[in-house]
Amino acid sequence: MKFTLEPRAHTPTWLNISLPVLALLATLVFCSGLIILAGAGVLQAYGALFKGAFGSKFNFVETLVKAAPLVFTGLAVAVAFRAKFWNIGAEGQLLAGAMAAAFVGARDVLPIWSLLPLMIIAGFVAGGLWATLPAVLKLRYRVDDVVATLMLNFVMFYLMLALVDGPWKDPLSGYPDSPDIRMDAEYPILLQQTRLHLGVLLAGVTAILIWLLMTRTTLGFAIRAVGENARAATHSGLPVKRVVFLTAVISGGLAGLAGVGEVAGLHFQVMASLSPGYGYTGIVIAMLARLNTLGVIPAAIFFAAIATGAETMSRTTGVPVFLADVIQGMSLIFMLVALLFTKYRIRLRGSESMYEHT
Amino acid sequence: MTTSPIPLLEMRGIDKQFGEVHANKSIDLQLFSGEVLGLLGENGAGKTTLMNILFGMYRADAGTITVEGRTVSNHKPADSLALGIGMVHQHFHLVPRHSVLENLMVGEPGRWGRLDESSARERLLQIGSQYGLELDPARQVAELTVGEQQRLEIIKALFRGAKILVLDEPTSVLTPQQAEGLFQAVRAMVADGVGVIFISHKLHEVLGIVQRIAVMRRGEMVATIINDNNVTHLRLAELMCGRELQPLNKPTISRGRSLLRLVNITVDDGRGHPARLHKVNLDLHAGEIVGVAGVSGNGQRELAEVVAGVLTPSSGSITVGGASVDRANRRAMQGYGVAYIPEDRMGDGLLTTLPLSDSMILPRMHQPPFSRFGWLNKQAIRQFVEQQIEKFDIRGADVSIRAGMLSGGNLQKALLARELAFNPAIVVASQPTRGLDVAAVEFVHNRFLQLRDNGCGVLLVSEDLEELFALSDRMVVMYEGRIVGHEETEKTTPAAIGLLMAGSKQAA
Repeated sequence: MKFTLEPRAHTPTWLNISLPVLALLATLVFCSGLIILAGAGVLQAYGALFKGAFGSKFNFVETLVKAAPLVFTGLAVAVAFRAKFWNIGAEGQLLAGAMAAAFVGARDVLPIWSLLPLMIIAGFVAGGLWATLPAVLKLRYRVDDVVATLMLNFVMFYLMLALVDGPWKDPLSGYPDSPDIRMDAEYPILLQQTRLHLGVLLAGVTAILIWLLMTRTTLGFAIRAVGENARAATHSGLPVKRVVFLTAVISGGLAGLAGVGEVAGLHFQVMASLSPGYGYTGIVIAMLARLNTLGVIPAAIFFAAIATGAETMSRTTGVPVFLADVIQGMSLIFMLVALLFTKYRIRLRGSESMYEHT
Repeated sequence: MTTSPIPLLEMRGIDKQFGEVHANKSIDLQLFSGEVLGLLGENGAGKTTLMNILFGMYRADAGTITVEGRTVSNHKPADSLALGIGMVHQHFHLVPRHSVLENLMVGEPGRWGRLDESSARERLLQIGSQYGLELDPARQVAELTVGEQQRLEIIKALFRGAKILVLDEPTSVLTPQQAEGLFQAVRAMVADGVGVIFISHKLHEVLGIVQRIAVMRRGEMVATIINDNNVTHLRLAELMCGRELQPLNKPTISRGRSLLRLVNITVDDGRGHPARLHKVNLDLHAGEIVGVAGVSGNGQRELAEVVAGVLTPSSGSITVGGASVDRANRRAMQGYGVAYIPEDRMGDGLLTTLPLSDSMILPRMHQPPFSRFGWLNKQAIRQFVEQQIEKFDIRGADVSIRAGMLSGGNLQKALLARELAFNPAIVVASQPTRGLDVAAVEFVHNRFLQLRDNGCGVLLVSEDLEELFALSDRMVVMYEGRIVGHEETEKTTPAAIGLLMAGSKQAA
């Protein structure tokens, strides 16, 4: 059998929905080989994985809590990539947002009712400001945005370390972490006896708002147009540079909100281990969601579920937790293959083709 | 001339379907060594599909291809090159950041991993002088004009020793003199035994160079005729579109008030490079079409961009309807009623991988009815796009189709529809009919004449002198960024304009 690829004029909705599911199934089939190699039953292992992720109220909540920062960083990357602003810097912007939230949350002079709104605003502004630096470098001096955003991650990380090990060190604990935020600055718990905090809800709401922004507003239209063809946008009178700049601010701000959630919802301070690479994982989440801002939610929950479920799977079946990384990695690869079929269709040809030598 | 009994190329019963579109219906085509075969047909007639099948880009659903008596099976573009099939596409396949020489060497095997640069350079210069297709090997492709890029594509095919050369709309970017140069090159190649398939919409050119003419319509080969004295423009045109064509109707109307005035417009980078526009003065009145003639790259593009508000002049003044608009950007100019059809309709006009509706509202998405307070009105957008598709007869289009899937003529109709939808006072159009078929050209020309009759001022930049003479009331000629001639159309000749385009000081 021979096959060729032909471009599609339209992408049917059923395809947009079924392809991610197929990619997920392909991933699970692929990884079942590794489970067999580890000497466990495929169904038992996946069963344990699923139970570990969604099997109890506690596990389900843990999955959601882990997904929240990934939703924010995934959104940050998806929005930026739509405009072809290659923001690899969500990690640094997340830390900027976390530090701003931790700083504001610890101020005694602020009235209680203003704490949460101010932390959210400060986190968004800090993340956004940190992203304006590479945006200005790109727009004014044509500095490569990939390199600039990536490098600024390290700048922000070590700046944070220097602060929490220096002037901002918690005087009570003596450890290299910042002082705790006030009790009233913590995100309220939504479900008693769990860690389900307000930030999880905010992540979902934000994803919907950003989806509306991207699909229903002129700014979202401009972002897509600029990313698709900046020259056509210029020739149609769109303020291309302003659009890219705004995209950077929104993207950085969203990453900053991820940091706010981690501080206000989980850690109540900043320290070196605040983010296990949420900013970088956000890139994978965004790609997995095919830059669709609503798709970021299932993508983030999927990643978080694999991470939480792998612990249970490892305990009960002996399959190493590292399988989680393989599943996450392979899912992206299968998704990228699936992406091809949204734009192209496959044409199969039988071997009785007319092209055989006569 | 059919000198060889075995055809160089034979395509037999080629059939191809894309979904519901039957692009090629059992097509037969023969090409002999040493002949130029004209392939004619409207946009969407299936010429490009047929050529893509020949080149191995698509695979036919049925049919055989024979090259020099050998059946070709399952070939890919790389195999086609090895078989001696060269193709110069309408849209170029070049690496913009690489030099002319580097583009030429892409895909060359090299020796022990090293590319033989000096011999490639030699071949380039040799091909250049032999066929009159000169190019500086060191220049970056991004700096080349469209005309020069096409020259490079032709050189590339020759460089690879093509025996069968397909030229898709090769003259659409050349001046009459350059086109004559190309024809000489083609004649020299044909004399060497090359077979050339020449796709063009310019019928007088086709008649001037080809030995046989194959005409396609709606996926079928409707006629293959010998080019003798009995073949006329009209007959070919009618074969192509399957109906009779109306001659252009251009009534004399008196020109109205001044709409646009450029005074001493200069565009330079302030770093000592030659100015792209030098002290250009121009008036445009209501109810007239002013043609801008010139060889590609002599400032016409910049002139159009300045008037459109895309390019800000370094000095000089612009007035629109009496108001000074020196620093106006594109959006402001649009507000003054200046519509703009850019030269590169794919690159500067459309969002090719997004739904057509996005391209159609791009310049006005921030205004009612398309949006209010930053919120898009999806229903109004859909309504507008559907209306325009119908009004401009954009074939094969719907609101959500990816714009890039439309053919060249339909893309241009979409651009026209978008720019003309809001009653512009001034229309700036760059190469509006480049690469379009007879029916689409007729459509565009009639639109422009309609605009003129309705009191609109049209600035028409074109490299097609026939078009300029048919439409313009007045003509200016650009050379090296200056306006070197200003003529009433009725009082000048194509020869005189051609001389001015070539930089001669005086019209003959």
